[in-house]
Amino acid sequence: MTIRTVRPDRGQHFHPRMHCLKKLEATVVEMQDPKTGVKGSEQKLNVTTIPHVIAGNDIIAWITNKMKVTQEEAGVFGTMLVAYGYVYPLQNHKKLVMCNDGSLYRFQVPRSVFKTDESFLAHYNHLNEWLNHQWDFIVMQATEQYKAGKDRQKPDRVVLDCQERAYWIVNRPPVSLLSPALTDSNIFYQQAIMRSKVKSSVSLGALVKFITTYKNHDPFLAPCLPSNPWQTDHDAYWTLNMRRVEVPTKMRVERWSFSLFELLTDLRGRDDFKIFLKKEFSGENLAFWEAAEELKWGASSSMSAKAETIFKTFLAPGAPRWINIDGRTMGLTVKGLDHPHRYVLEAAQTHVFMLMKKDTFFRYLKSPTYKDIQKKALNPEAHNFSPAQLEQNAQNRNPGIDPIILWQQDEEEKAKAAAASAPVDVKAMMSKIDRKK
Amino acid sequence: MRSPLSPEMATQEVPLNETLAHLKTESETLKLKLEEERAKLHDVELHQVAEKVEGLGQFVMKTRRTLKGHGNKVLCMDWCKDKRRIVSSSQDGKVIVWDAFTTNKEHAVTMPCTWVMACAYAPSGCAVACGGLDNKCSVYPLSLDKNENLAAKKKSVAMHTNYLSACSFTNSDMQILTSSGDGTCALWDVESGQLLQSFHGHAADVLCLDLAPSETGNTFVSGGCDKKANVWDMRSGQCIQSFETHESDINSVRYYPSGDAFASGSDDATCRLYDLRADREVAIYSKESIIFGVSSVDFSLSGRLLFGGYNDYTINVWDVLKGTRVSILFGHENRVSTLRVSPDGTAFCTGSWDHTLRVWILMC
Repeated sequence: MTIRTVRPDRGQHFHPRMHCLKKLEATVVEMQDPKTGVKGSEQKLNVTTIPHVIAGNDIIAWITNKMKVTQEEAGVFGTMLVAYGYVYPLQNHKKLVMCNDGSLYRFQVPRSVFKTDESFLAHYNHLNEWLNHQWDFIVMQATEQYKAGKDRQKPDRVVLDCQERAYWIVNRPPVSLLSPALTDSNIFYQQAIMRSKVKSSVSLGALVKFITTYKNHDPFLAPCLPSNPWQTDHDAYWTLNMRRVEVPTKMRVERWSFSLFELLTDLRGRDDFKIFLKKEFSGENLAFWEAAEELKWGASSSMSAKAETIFKTFLAPGAPRWINIDGRTMGLTVKGLDHPHRYVLEAAQTHVFMLMKKDTFFRYLKSPTYKDIQKKALNPEAHNFSPAQLEQNAQNRNPGIDPIILWQQDEEEKAKAAAASAPVDVKAMMSKIDRKK
Repeated sequence: MRSPLSPEMATQEVPLNETLAHLKTESETLKLKLEEERAKLHDVELHQVAEKVEGLGQFVMKTRRTLKGHGNKVLCMDWCKDKRRIVSSSQDGKVIVWDAFTTNKEHAVTMPCTWVMACAYAPSGCAVACGGLDNKCSVYPLSLDKNENLAAKKKSVAMHTNYLSACSFTNSDMQILTSSGDGTCALWDVESGQLLQSFHGHAADVLCLDLAPSETGNTFVSGGCDKKANVWDMRSGQCIQSFETHESDINSVRYYPSGDAFASGSDDATCRLYDLRADREVAIYSKESIIFGVSSVDFSLSGRLLFGGYNDYTINVWDVLKGTRVSILFGHENRVSTLRVSPDGTAFCTGSWDHTLRVWILMC
């Protein structure tokens, strides 16, 4: 019996999963050693007497001893032996697991159809095995492709055709006999050599520092307060940390201080940062950064409209929210906006981000705004549910709010905020005043 | 830097096989130089740095939810940003959206193909993307009306020439990154289905990808059947870093939470950690007794723990710094095919060929 362990990812060439199978086979050979292997015996099954039978608990004991693992792990290994067909059960044929009891098993006999020519046999087995692994997948893929081909609409076919053409234009066999792959990889190595790298002590030190900083915020290392919703079936932890809470928790506020990235990624933190920036009359940097993000990650169709708005609002001479970046970056950016693409603001955005990161962020952490929210922040008590209460919680799990509704609310809030902070069109105002006269 | 010789030059001056040999020796020299440069910076090992760090105690992790409903092998899953909903896809073509907290099924879609190997939840929580043997990645907007037929609003976005192995939304619902059995990755505009950027460099099927969580957010890593893990610049389509230390297919790649490193899981039964700033592999997580491939890896919120789903039906939990295994979890009755930690790190979810999904936590 050959077990089909189909993974649909061998489309291009045969990948013998020999890694695990080699190790497995070596162990199976050892198990069959007459002196040091698993003790077999004759067993009566129904009426028949079957030789060389081994018991599940003997196999597991042997593996536990040999590989120095726990019984549970040995059980898993034993199940793999059965799953891959090296050992087969004499009872309970349908369930391919190794049971840690008196269940009976035997070693599988290697199949050989041809008894002659060794190399032919090896070839045949090779092909047979490969085909077995692949066959299900081949049939499935062929069926899918046939179906997909039939269903394919004209536009799809046209696209695919273009794709194929483009692919071959890009990947056509080289005219010269020199391998372009070699020159490409040489270029890659050159760039890799020139790229700045840091010493391991520095980079590994940074990894350790990150872990230390976030240690108490990791629910797998420290308990979350008031409790982990998955453990107590009470979702207070989630409701206390929602997007638009009035008062955030102390842990959340502490996390904002870890980096500007954390502060901006948590939209509640970003709100607090905006309050601080408003007081400093320096909100335009963050506004520009947000607009640049919208451009980068937005739909292609809205890109040129967005680029124009950004130019008018932040970059044009005399713009209502003009950002103060160095002349060179400004020049490059404005030039790039002639033919906008999604990364046209990259240089300006990075400049602005660095400014906020190195200066504004630290002033925020020392500011009354931040100190204020730190004081106000909640420190929820740990839940202490009785078993009866836990039962109750499990029966009454809160369904929460559908993310679609939350998103709709968010969009409304954003629209309101945009309307409130839109640059005043002086001309329009003047003409309005004129008309009133 | 040598530029490729034109055919006329080749036939004219230098005999062809000599030029090829030249390039080959140059390649070898450069490779050695890169290794030299890397070695110069290699002043300390991870376990040395980890010596000063406190050890971890005993861990008791248990399954808190078992989601039953798929009729066949679960192949992929992803969390919603709301930290409790998930989307999962299976071999029978079904894609299900669950509220894992209540275990209710909220939406279900039947794909026109089997083996839906990839699925992803949109950042807004309003849509899901999925694909597989149909060579496409399609986006299904979700609806508040539970009776609505989601397949009606389906949007076909990505089109590859072989199966879709993984997909992920970028920072918004408007762009999707895909990897495929055709050896490429690609970035797509969801609204128009337009190809924005393609990434060529893998020599075989690409099996997995992950977007960098950094403030610049312009890179992603991919792993493939060519045993390579490549880091790509999304803007230019260039491969900027490449690591080839695994001995077999790389089934899963995941960034370290800081974005300065990433972990990989492979058919060679090991997980490895790669340091992007020092440009090298810094740890191998393996044991003599673990001989079956890793299908999926993910980090805990702080990056201290690495969870791996294995083909021998188990989950191994590794101490990232010390390199030791802190826990082995049993429960699934067939191979673990997918594993993701929830967005707030309170739990992780696994999907398996035993048709179920499980949500696991640390018991306090």
